[in-house]
Parts: sequence; structure tokens; C-alpha cells
Amino acid sequence: MPSELFILKMENLSELITSSFEALSLNKTRTALATLGIIIGIAAVITLISLGQASQKAVENQIQSLGSNLLTVISGSFRPGDFRSASGTATTLSLDDAKAILSSSKITGVKNVSAEIQRREAVTAGRKSTNTTVIGVLPAYKEIHSVDLDVGEFISESDNSALSKVAVLGPTTASDLFGGSSAVGKSIRINKIAFTVIGVMTSKGGVGFGGNQDDTILIPLSTAQKQLFGVTYVGSVSIEVADAKLMDNVRDQVGYLLLSRHKISEPANADFTIFSQQDVLSTISQVTGTFTALLSGIAAISLLVGGIGIMNIMLVTVVERTREIGLRKALGATKKAVVSQFLIESVILTIAGGFIGMILGTTLSFVISKLINLPFTLNFGSIALAIGVSGGIGILFGWYPARKAANLQPIEALRYE
Amino acid sequence: MITVKNLSKIYRTDAAETVALDNVSFTIKKGEFVAIMGPSGSGKSTLMHILGALDTPTSGSYSLDGKELNKLTDDELAVIRNQKIGFIFQSYNLLPRTSALKNVMLPMIYAGVPKEKRIPTAEKYLKEVGLGDRINHLSNQLSGGQQQRVAIARALVMNPAIILADEPTGNLATAQSEEIMAILTKLHKEGRTILMITHEPEVAKYAQRIIHIKDGKLI
Repeated sequence: MPSELFILKMENLSELITSSFEALSLNKTRTALATLGIIIGIAAVITLISLGQASQKAVENQIQSLGSNLLTVISGSFRPGDFRSASGTATTLSLDDAKAILSSSKITGVKNVSAEIQRREAVTAGRKSTNTTVIGVLPAYKEIHSVDLDVGEFISESDNSALSKVAVLGPTTASDLFGGSSAVGKSIRINKIAFTVIGVMTSKGGVGFGGNQDDTILIPLSTAQKQLFGVTYVGSVSIEVADAKLMDNVRDQVGYLLLSRHKISEPANADFTIFSQQDVLSTISQVTGTFTALLSGIAAISLLVGGIGIMNIMLVTVVERTREIGLRKALGATKKAVVSQFLIESVILTIAGGFIGMILGTTLSFVISKLINLPFTLNFGSIALAIGVSGGIGILFGWYPARKAANLQPIEALRYE
Repeated sequence: MITVKNLSKIYRTDAAETVALDNVSFTIKKGEFVAIMGPSGSGKSTLMHILGALDTPTSGSYSLDGKELNKLTDDELAVIRNQKIGFIFQSYNLLPRTSALKNVMLPMIYAGVPKEKRIPTAEKYLKEVGLGDRINHLSNQLSGGQQQRVAIARALVMNPAIILADEPTGNLATAQSEEIMAILTKLHKEGRTILMITHEPEVAKYAQRIIHIKDGKLI
């Protein structure tokens, strides 16, 4: 029988929504303050998720820009808990290893191989000086790492064989040393040895993993080994694989080749580590993902607190409107009708808060991403989440006060002073 | 219309038992205008609340319009209050800052009457109580007598089996009291069943029959 009395039709719903708005507008200050908790919570969650995703995307772009289908071999083993040889200090890779990888008949799918060695050095040009990463490279570096030149030319095969003292500057280094003026043809001193600048790279963007790619100096590998660092080994070998599908194959084949060249029988004892961009990407995604989740979790706590604030306000409202509830019940309001009325009020509060919080959060993440130079993406998922979550909070925290209102005895409610 | 048999209401606290109603039995026929009179504390309000399905008796039976109310659930009682009973309270009990029209429409909303039927029905009853020109006035902009007339219109919109008036003139001055009683008398003449609580003999005079109650017993 009750079902025939109060059927929640669309018409009734619009009636309830209108009367809820009227009820909420009676005490505007309280309504605004109750909503504030939800606004802040939703804005915080949206901002943090959006910035987290933006920085993740920035890092991904950066790593993609290092070159595609790239495998990197570094000397030293990188197993967890094993600090026998830290990377960079091991001296087990040589230029011959790189050449062998390129020419081996046992390896298929290698497009290009390059070997590098890098150190931080003091660099001066005239009176200006800077500390930067100096990398000894082969000509293949340009293609493998997708280097583009702004002006001048790249290090050539003959530069390498002649141990030429030539340098290609990153854009940041170029402006550090030469300001706005052209660097090509000028002389710089790396660790007191004079080099001639033959080119300047285009910018790849500042933020990133493994140092700022724009703040580097590239010199011929042979020059770096013999003239500058006085060593015979290389720090790393970069392998460009022809096809992404061949990455795993090439990784295995390179691994076996190097093991046999280094006369190591047990793969667990390898004195080198091979990793792909995918490895780096997933490691970084894991780290940024954890951070985003952590921060969003903290923001979610503020949402919870906001929800409790809504519950508090709704409880006060129920007490204040006890007589009204009693009257409504005397006039035939069922429990369901009273529950709906109060639930709709709290859902309106939280959804309005969620909507304002969403606008605030989106604006905030837009401004912040512009300020710290991150790509801004409008995430419809997090917007839907904000509305959904705030509505859910309204139902969750409105439920108890609404039940309390519905369970009031009409006669006691009517007598309430 | 109303049959009450051996109705008792006992309030129990840890310390004491208070008998508010003691074995009350009576019947009210369709079309009657009955006043229940008694001093304060006599149990007349308790009786009124039980008759209005706002409260339940400790023992005894109560049937309204052929329906036994003892065994009904809360929501079923809500339906009875909505469709069988029209309440008129001493303190009017209108929704504050809400128009007369909306106040009168309230029971129809809970009954699920469609909007296009609600407005003309509410307007019709507001005209009947002489407030045709104050349909959109907010409840707090109306005088006490006018507010009580809105309450009467609200009691009528569901065309209930019985109208229960709890001290309908208790908060009103004499002139306004007479207006309200004139409306109730008119409703009675139109064939409605009215049960009214009062402690004022001059108000009780309007009724056809007076039930006296004292210390929870009919006398």
C-alpha cells in the first residue's frame, strides 16, 4: 500500500529538488560553509591527479625523445641488494663490444650502435664558466638519440678518427657560455683543453630523468677517452633496434654476446646491465604513480572530513526542522518520502560542492602546469569521478541524518519545541 | 465512521505508570460534528493523537472508516493520515516562508497527485475558506485567522473521511474564532464528519454532541 502513495516519479523528484533548494537557501552561510569542505577536497584530488598525470606524461615524452626502440647497456650489475659495482665506476665495456654488437652475425634486428662515456667537467669560454656533463659520442649518437641541430654540424667519423677537439653544445650550455651570441666557431675549454664549437643542438625540454639533456656538451668519443679522461673503456652502449617487436630478442642476443666476450658463464654474474626505455618508463611510472596515489589519498582524507561536515550540518538541520518533519508525517509523508527529501538535500550540497571543486581544481592545475611548464590535460575521468564521488558522499553521509528524520515519531516531532 | 473499544494508553517510566486513557469506548457516525471537552491533563490530546493515527494505544481497538488501525505499519498509517484524516492544529503548523498554495498542495504531493491537478484543487479549497485573493501570500504574511483557514483548506484537499481539529481556535481572538467556527459549521452542513477538541464551552456549543473526558475516562 505505501508504494501507491509516494512513488518517486520524475515529477516528484523535481518537486523535491526545488524544495531542497528552497530549504538550503534559507541559511546561505551555513550551506556555503558545509559545502566548503567538499569543494576543497574535490579541488585537491583533481589538482593532484591532474598534475601527477601531467608530470608522468612529461617524463614519458622526455624518454621517448631520447630515441625510439633504444636498448642501453651499462657496465656494472644493477641487481637489487647488490652493490658490488656501482654503475659508472665499472670499466668493463669497451668500444670493441659496441662494434661486435653491430657486426655480430648472431644478432638480428640491430639498426645502429653507439658507445658513450660521460663525466661532469668544468667548462669555460672566455670569462664565463659552467659545470656540465661532457659526453664522448660516436656519429651514430645523433640518429639513435634523435638529436637535432639548431646550427652547425654534428661530430663526424673523421673527427673521431682524428681525435679532433670539436664540441657540440646543448642549448642551455650554449646560452650559459655565450649568452645570445652565436657559439659556432668559438673556442671553449673543457678541463683546460681547448675545443672548437661546431654545432648547437635544439632544445628537448628541461625536465627529465638522467639529467638535463639541454645542458650537455658532446665531443668525439676517441677524444674523450684519450685526451680528456685518459681511459680505454666506454660508459654505456646504446643500441637502436629496427623494430619494437625485436626488442626482447635483441636484448637476449646482446646479453649472450657480451657474456661470451667477457668470458662469464653465469648470467647472474654479468658485469653489465641492459635496460630499455620501457624499463625506465615503467620504473618512473611506478614512482610517479605511487606519489600521485599517495597525494590523492591525502586529498581524499579532506574529502572524508568534508563529508563528515555535511553529515554534521544535516543532523543540525534535522533537529531544527523536527516540527516540520512531524507535520509532513502527519500529512502523510512516508519514511521513504522523508528520507528522499533529506538525502536529496545532502546530495545537492555535495554535488554543488563537487562541481565548484572541480572548476577550482581544474583551474588550479591549469595555472600550476603553466607555471612549472607541464603539459595540461583536461581529464574527463577525474571530472566524472569528482561528481560521482561527491554524490556518493552526499548519499553516504546524508543517509544517517535522513534515517534519523524518517524515524522520528510524528507526535513527538510535532510536540518538539 | 469511528469505533473505539476499550482504548487505553499508559505511559510507563521507571518510577511510575501514568494512565492517560482508561478503557475509553465510543462511536462517531458519518456526518456528525462532535466536540471532546475536558480540562488539561484529562487525556483529550492523547485521545486525539490516537484518533489521528499519530500515536498508538497501549490496548484496545480503533477502527476508522471500516479499517482497523491497530495492526498497520508506520507507512500504512502514513497513508491513512494522508487520505482519511484532515488535521487542523492549534498552532496551524504551516510550512514557514512558504506560500498558502504550496502549503495546501503538500498532502497532494505525498499522495502523488499530478501537478496539473494539484494547483486547481488547492485553489478551489483556498477559495472555499475565503482566501482566494491570498493564494500566493507566504504563511508568515498572513494573520492567525488566515493561517488557520489555510490549515483548514489543507485538511480538506484530500477529501478525508474525518476532520480532526485540535483546539482550532486556541490561539485566536474572538472575532477570528467565530470565523473559523463558521467555516467548520458550514463544512458540517455540507456533510463532513468533524471531531474537535476544545476546553472552551462557547466553542463546544457549535458541535452537535459533546463527549466529556476527565482523568482518562469518559463522563
